[in-house]
Amino acid sequence: MKIVVCVSTVPDSTTKIKVGGNAKSIDESGVTFIINPYDEFAVEEAVQLKENNGGEVIGISFGTDRAKEGIKKAFQMGADKGILIKSAGSEFDSFTVSKNLASVIKEINPDVVLFGKQSIDFDGIIVPKMTAEFLNLPSVNVVTKLEINDQDAVIEREIEGGKEILKAKLPVVIGTQKGINNPRYPNLKSIMASKSKPIEERAPVDELSKTSVTDMKLPESKGSGKIFTNGAADVPELVRLLREEAKVI
Amino acid sequence: MSKILVFAETKDNVFKSNAFEVVSAGKLLSEKLGKEFAVITINDASDDQLKTLNKFGVPKVYSLSLNDLNSKSGISDIKYSHGSFAAAISSFAKNNGYDIIMFSATSLGKEIAPTVAVKTNSAIVPDCTEFIFDGSLVSFKRPAYAGKCYTFVKPEIEKIVVTLRPNVFKAVENNADSAIEKITADSLGITTGDFGAYVSDVSVAGGKLDVAEADIIVSGGRGLRGPENFNLVENLAAVLGAATGASRAVVDAGWRPHGDQVGQTGKTVSPGLYIACGISGAIQHLAGMSSSKFIVAINKDKDAPIFQVADYGIIGDVFEILPVLTEEIKKLKG
Repeated sequence: MKIVVCVSTVPDSTTKIKVGGNAKSIDESGVTFIINPYDEFAVEEAVQLKENNGGEVIGISFGTDRAKEGIKKAFQMGADKGILIKSAGSEFDSFTVSKNLASVIKEINPDVVLFGKQSIDFDGIIVPKMTAEFLNLPSVNVVTKLEINDQDAVIEREIEGGKEILKAKLPVVIGTQKGINNPRYPNLKSIMASKSKPIEERAPVDELSKTSVTDMKLPESKGSGKIFTNGAADVPELVRLLREEAKVI
Repeated sequence: MSKILVFAETKDNVFKSNAFEVVSAGKLLSEKLGKEFAVITINDASDDQLKTLNKFGVPKVYSLSLNDLNSKSGISDIKYSHGSFAAAISSFAKNNGYDIIMFSATSLGKEIAPTVAVKTNSAIVPDCTEFIFDGSLVSFKRPAYAGKCYTFVKPEIEKIVVTLRPNVFKAVENNADSAIEKITADSLGITTGDFGAYVSDVSVAGGKLDVAEADIIVSGGRGLRGPENFNLVENLAAVLGAATGASRAVVDAGWRPHGDQVGQTGKTVSPGLYIACGISGAIQHLAGMSSSKFIVAINKDKDAPIFQVADYGIIGDVFEILPVLTEEIKKLKG
């Protein structure tokens, strides 16, 4: 089985965001970059598919050299090969990223393509479905369970307050949601082995974005709230304020 | 002449409240930009149901049923397919000159909008929270980094697909007489080849309100000390008609389902009222809920970061405060 897993590299979720000098992107000084947390579920699922069916796992990323971090983490978890579609900068929209990913994936002709359902930087939740459409393949995002039998996939997808069960023929594109598996912690042996795995670099096929970021701002900070200190005795006053001042209950 | 098309989502053939939000936002855009607008909806809703859009000033509703196509497919267990929705909307927009296509960023909207963007070769702006005008439409405001900051996104081309964050745009009543026109899959050239993956079953937990759609959320964190104590959170949520949420710590500990998680690696929410119980307010949690209109924090640690974003707060023991708060609100609702 040939499995592609697409990964991105993002600021750690504990990062306090500061706007950069260009007012279009964040100030990256002091920021720790990690594999996108949702992509760890995708890598884990890919490696489990390989363990159960044989085959290979190819990690792909679009971005600058920093995007290699995500691929290296995928190596540590069990991916075999990596491809970086190397961009000059990071000002590309999801349309461009998806189109470039699709062009490389098409050559590989995999059975399964896995993504994290969204990356936690721009939170678009659009790249898995757009890439699938460029590939003209069936796709499901926000997936909490994936079962593959020969050429048939049965997929559970999280929706508001419940789930959908979907069926598709391989090849299929899947965006993973928390809950689908428990990503493994790489051990020393796999970390050592990952160091010799190759990352091939490719040039983008299309660098024309359809959107641009014109400005970036921090949310306006709230004035200080009304904080009470007498515990349960303050509940009637809280309820009154919610009713009369905030008018939300 | 360019035009605006709004997809109005239904559940069990009844419009969802988010549908009225996106319809009203579509009307607002159409007035500001001087463009025509219309609604497309895909279901088997009754004419009476379709006419509820009258209230929101919709001039024209295109109603499409995919039932015949689904039954012709020979797939016995098909309920619907996101692929056919996306193909139908794209084809209708292309055939009729719609260049702005709007969705609510619900589970369904998020699953079909990206496909529509590729099919129509449009710029896509997901999860928009505000339109920025300066004479004409300049950009779309949307949160990034789970709301730790906002970006202003400018489409570089005329064709745009935009999804709107639920609970942010207001549904505005504005009477008009909607003309209803039925359209068919055949007329759009949609075939079973457009299905992709198809949905064979849907299960929704009875009565469970999702945090992403709720107007009030009561969330619990590690301060609840164990899964057995979340009845305190659930009881308060029940009297308020609220959804229950959770911090990452308690989801990772297995106390609560991951669908309840609010924060940067869970759901980003903007309810009218967010009540954080025993949640200290890690930065990734604050990112997911700080755009709530009103925030109440209940925590015994006076230095907990959650108090910095709270409009109201009580420093104290959640085990004492929550039962009293539940009783007080029950009395009020009496």
